[in-house]
Amino acid sequence: MAVVETTRVAMTLYDHLPVLQVLVPLVSAPLIVLIGSRRLTWSIAFTASAVSFVIAILLLMQVIDGSIISYQIGGWAPPLGIEYRVDAANAFVLLLVSGISTLVLPYARESIKSEIPARHHTLFYAAFMLCLTGLLGVTITGDAFNVFVFLEISSLSTYVLIAMGSYRDKRALTAAYDYLIMGTIGATFFVIGLGMLYMATGTLNMADLADRIADQGANRTVRAAFAFIVVGMGLKIAIYPLHLWLPRAYTFAPSAVTVFLAATATKVAIYVLLRFTFSVFQPKFMFEVNTLEFIILPFAILAMFAASFIAIFQTDFKRMLAYSSIAQIGYMLLGISLLTETGLTATVVYLFNHGITKATLFMGVGILVLRSGGSFYNRIQGMGKTMPWTSAAIVIGGLSLIGVPGTAGFISKWTLVEATIEKGWWPVSILIVLSSLLAVIYVWRVFEVLYLKAPLAGTNYKEAPLTMLIPMWILALSCIYFGLATDVTLTAARAAAQGLLAGSAGMF
Amino acid sequence: MRHHLILRVITKILVGAIMLFAFYVQFHGDFSPGGGFQAGVIMAVAFILYGIVFSLDSVKRVFPPWLVHKLVALGVLLYAATGVLSMFLGYSFLDYDAFVPSHPSSGQHYGILAVELGVGITVTAVMVAIYYAFAGRPPRLSDEEW
Repeated sequence: MAVVETTRVAMTLYDHLPVLQVLVPLVSAPLIVLIGSRRLTWSIAFTASAVSFVIAILLLMQVIDGSIISYQIGGWAPPLGIEYRVDAANAFVLLLVSGISTLVLPYARESIKSEIPARHHTLFYAAFMLCLTGLLGVTITGDAFNVFVFLEISSLSTYVLIAMGSYRDKRALTAAYDYLIMGTIGATFFVIGLGMLYMATGTLNMADLADRIADQGANRTVRAAFAFIVVGMGLKIAIYPLHLWLPRAYTFAPSAVTVFLAATATKVAIYVLLRFTFSVFQPKFMFEVNTLEFIILPFAILAMFAASFIAIFQTDFKRMLAYSSIAQIGYMLLGISLLTETGLTATVVYLFNHGITKATLFMGVGILVLRSGGSFYNRIQGMGKTMPWTSAAIVIGGLSLIGVPGTAGFISKWTLVEATIEKGWWPVSILIVLSSLLAVIYVWRVFEVLYLKAPLAGTNYKEAPLTMLIPMWILALSCIYFGLATDVTLTAARAAAQGLLAGSAGMF
Repeated sequence: MRHHLILRVITKILVGAIMLFAFYVQFHGDFSPGGGFQAGVIMAVAFILYGIVFSLDSVKRVFPPWLVHKLVALGVLLYAATGVLSMFLGYSFLDYDAFVPSHPSSGQHYGILAVELGVGITVTAVMVAIYYAFAGRPPRLSDEEW
């Protein structure tokens, strides 16, 4: 056999950033199990998460100008090999996911001590790191089947993490089981859709898929694939009629897990939907336009109102926030269904801002649960006086959830209203404002419970430990920071929207 | 199964043969059908058969649950370590050409062997762990837990 001369230039660490983004948390999970030391576990998890956060920042800095990084796993060139493909859209989501996990881990350390028995802590962190791996992998990969694989990694570990809430409340088991059934149906639909796409095009690389679908045009197989993918992802996103797993899963999961899932899991699923609707399928594809306009748009508006309305009547703070999440998902879908660049920018900004807002609020709930043992309104009443720092952060998060000017929530809603007006759909703009008023009501109820009611007799709760307060305040302050300094998020979101709309242009 | 003399004797003979076959499938997987997944399942069958015939406790003495859990993680690490090694040699992740740069197809050969070994270890351990989880009944829920 001929001896092959290696003339290639050795790759540096910098070239490996896309794979290291996923690899670092992936390796940390088995390492945690193998070492099995309760003292080292947390440090390993936190280090891995922090490293992947730094990598996400480096990647975003490289692609913010609209360039694309492509990394070939195993040296096999795409479309045959698996490709990791970083552009502004997924670098932005990577930053959100790794950033939130880096903040959640210090918070989790105290939080899970009271919720999960010590002998399961190593497995908790291992599952958490696997979930992070899955979410990062879904986001970074450029291969459609690889999305499914990572989606399963994140989903399976999510079911375990939710079920770990059963030490506090046994209903976590049924909540996890519900999510398992719904999530599996979703993933199955998604993979059926991929199968059909593979049948129609013979490829699984997203950029290549986009080219081939554009060449051959839509046929029945491609349309069916689109429907399966949208419904499959819809289950993961919790699009309004497919949301039934979400309130229970968020309510009964351990506090730290709820924070992480609420801020990242649904956001990553929305990113996948964006990637498929705009990069793989083309928006000019008529079937897609109709689906978005006549199915997704009405459901999005329905979610904005119905879920907000249900949230008003909740008596449990955590459950109220879960319903509010479903309503907020409606706003993000609304941005997608506009099919314009501004609409997409609004969705991407919304995704980020809502991620940090909800993380702040769920961290606040977690602290209240840690001290009072429950999140029902009659349990936490008057805690604004005994725990001023926690409650103040909840207020900031609540204001951002409503969309008060000066907070991150305002920027995302403003961009969305701007996008609907630009499209000429002014009735929708009015609906956005009206549904925000519903948010005022449910957020006000919490403020009233925390500040205007007398504390329960015989309770005197201490303020939360600093390891929980600091991550929460970093998020609360970033809600304000991103509400004032909007150019960072808006620039990144606009670059992301342009990248998504450009599809595969200039790839092959 | 104490009185099933034939089963017990045959099992004792078969367990070794099954393991040997697992190793054959494992290390011959690059030339013939097979590889880590198949070998892992066959290897696990040896333990599961032993467990069915000689009781769960005896198989747990041979292959204790803590070891099973460590091996699940070890296999994944072995897989990842192969990729990391190729990265340190200046190639992309899991590019097996890195191991014998002058003769890439040999490099591919070594790389796939190492990766499949990782797969085999993890699959064996996962299959046995699933068997332990189903065969070992959890304690009944007490009334207070509801």
